[in-house]
Amino acid sequence: MSLLSLRNLTKTFGGLTAVDDVSFEVAGSSIVGLIGPNGAGKTTVFNLITGNYRPDKGEIVFDHRSILNLPTHKIVSLGIARTFQTIRLFQNLSALENVLAGCHCRMKSGSIAAMLRLSAQRREEKEALGRALAELEFVGLGEEAMNLAKNLSYGKQRLLEIARALATQPRLLVLDEPAGGMNDQETAALIELIRSIRKRGVTVLLIEHDMSLVMRVCEHLVVLEYGAKIAEGDPDAIKDDPQVIEAYLGTEED
Amino acid sequence: MTRKRIGLYAGLAGLLLVSPAVLNAYWVDVLNNVGLYAILALSLNIILGHAGLFHMGHAAFYAVGAYTTAILNTSFNIPVLWLLPISGMMAGLFALLVARPIIHLRGDYLLIVTIGFVEIVRIALINNIFGITGGSNGIFGIDRPMIFGFKIRRPHEFFYLIWFFLAVTVYLFHRLENSRFGRALNFLREDDVAAEGSGINTTHYKLVAFVLGAIWAGMVGTIYAAKMTIIAPESFNFWESVVMFMIVLLGGSGSIRGVILGAFLVIGLPEIFRGLDSLSAFLNQTFAVVGLNVDFKNFAQARMLVFGAAMVIMMIFRTQGLLPQLPRTYPLHKLKAGRGAK
Repeated sequence: MSLLSLRNLTKTFGGLTAVDDVSFEVAGSSIVGLIGPNGAGKTTVFNLITGNYRPDKGEIVFDHRSILNLPTHKIVSLGIARTFQTIRLFQNLSALENVLAGCHCRMKSGSIAAMLRLSAQRREEKEALGRALAELEFVGLGEEAMNLAKNLSYGKQRLLEIARALATQPRLLVLDEPAGGMNDQETAALIELIRSIRKRGVTVLLIEHDMSLVMRVCEHLVVLEYGAKIAEGDPDAIKDDPQVIEAYLGTEED
Repeated sequence: MTRKRIGLYAGLAGLLLVSPAVLNAYWVDVLNNVGLYAILALSLNIILGHAGLFHMGHAAFYAVGAYTTAILNTSFNIPVLWLLPISGMMAGLFALLVARPIIHLRGDYLLIVTIGFVEIVRIALINNIFGITGGSNGIFGIDRPMIFGFKIRRPHEFFYLIWFFLAVTVYLFHRLENSRFGRALNFLREDDVAAEGSGINTTHYKLVAFVLGAIWAGMVGTIYAAKMTIIAPESFNFWESVVMFMIVLLGGSGSIRGVILGAFLVIGLPEIFRGLDSLSAFLNQTFAVVGLNVDFKNFAQARMLVFGAAMVIMMIFRTQGLLPQLPRTYPLHKLKAGRGAK
């Protein structure tokens, strides 16, 4: 049984059908890529999964339960974490605090416990700090803990978003163009990172335009064009699919 | 650096603590007002400074607390200090009811609705709602607070009550800021989509910020009612909300020390200008030399002009306030060392 399954998802914005009857499955412990030309509806699919948008039609099942109409924070606590295409860090807070945001949903202490500084609250706070630091080290930002997010390089900001998402202890990590703005070296390191995330037992679903990354890291690809799924399969099959080539290049290669 | 700062704060607190011994009743009362506004602004700071919600209706919560105290005390003779938690709860409940439907509003839209809060409450009080608020005359004959059989009456006595309350507030709010709760408010201030996407129930935290801020404002209302023994709707008008808003923005959003400094500047400074005749005469002459006829004796009347100008300058050159929020510190070295030892 797959970890996540989308069934006949449709989303329209006014007259525009951004996502048109899309269905696909994401198997547990796999790395799945969602690709397609600009404006194909990839990010909209992500926003539907994470509850930022509500689909007009269709069903989203995560781990045997429907997550349709659940608020985003609830979906996160069920185990789906995401990063954003346009970096959305808490720019004026430190890298460590950004990751602590991810730890939030696995903590319990409320305002009263904080004011009285109960021993359970102190213990929880210490555990969260340890976890946040471990996630920073995992993505290679251990030395940046106290630096403000806005002072990090673009590539490091992308990694920090991944660390924040990992801190929610997800079972499915949804990455929206993780290599956007990265140089070749950073991209190569990212590929290793994505593989080691999977080794932790976390399933990865990603959108990416960098085809070398997609082809190297993904085991399964789903291709969208104009909101509809046009192909699905392993990377080698997708590479040779005439419909996919046409979608990307507009005409067949010689 | 931190030790120096603690020393500075301890010195200032000590100075404040002995000040009633050398000041007359008038100046002690000025300090009392500074203290009351500091607590009010600290409670607004949770909503405006930490959660970043543009809330300009804080006087409404203050009014609910003050009127709860006044009504229950004059009708049922319940001692005022017992009414402290009850007034806080009433204000919190009121905040929950009015904030729930508008909690999704952002920025300026929220600002306008919260301005509506104050006006609705003030007009309801003037119109003697439920026949218990005494209309535009308000309610008089509120008891003085009693502590262990000792009646607090003079400004010098109120001074210690108010500044003790402020000290407790600072202590609790400081802890609150440096916790999961405080961080969550900052996350939603920075980017509420990202906060929600990181698993934070943003609606819940916005509401709790409102309720907590209102509880504190309601408790200040109790002390205000007991201090004045008479309250009227005009004490809780829109200008009061603006003053609190100004204190927070001027002093530093999200910064306890900034907010307290802001209260001293916004509430205390006009009194200093009013009180010091020689200084105002000197300033009058100085400004007359450059051809400006400003009467600093009536500085209190011109303070809107001065603070307006100060706010404009602040918004251009120092948007974060005079003493902005400092980054939280975490015991990272201890944590790393602990792990290394294992």
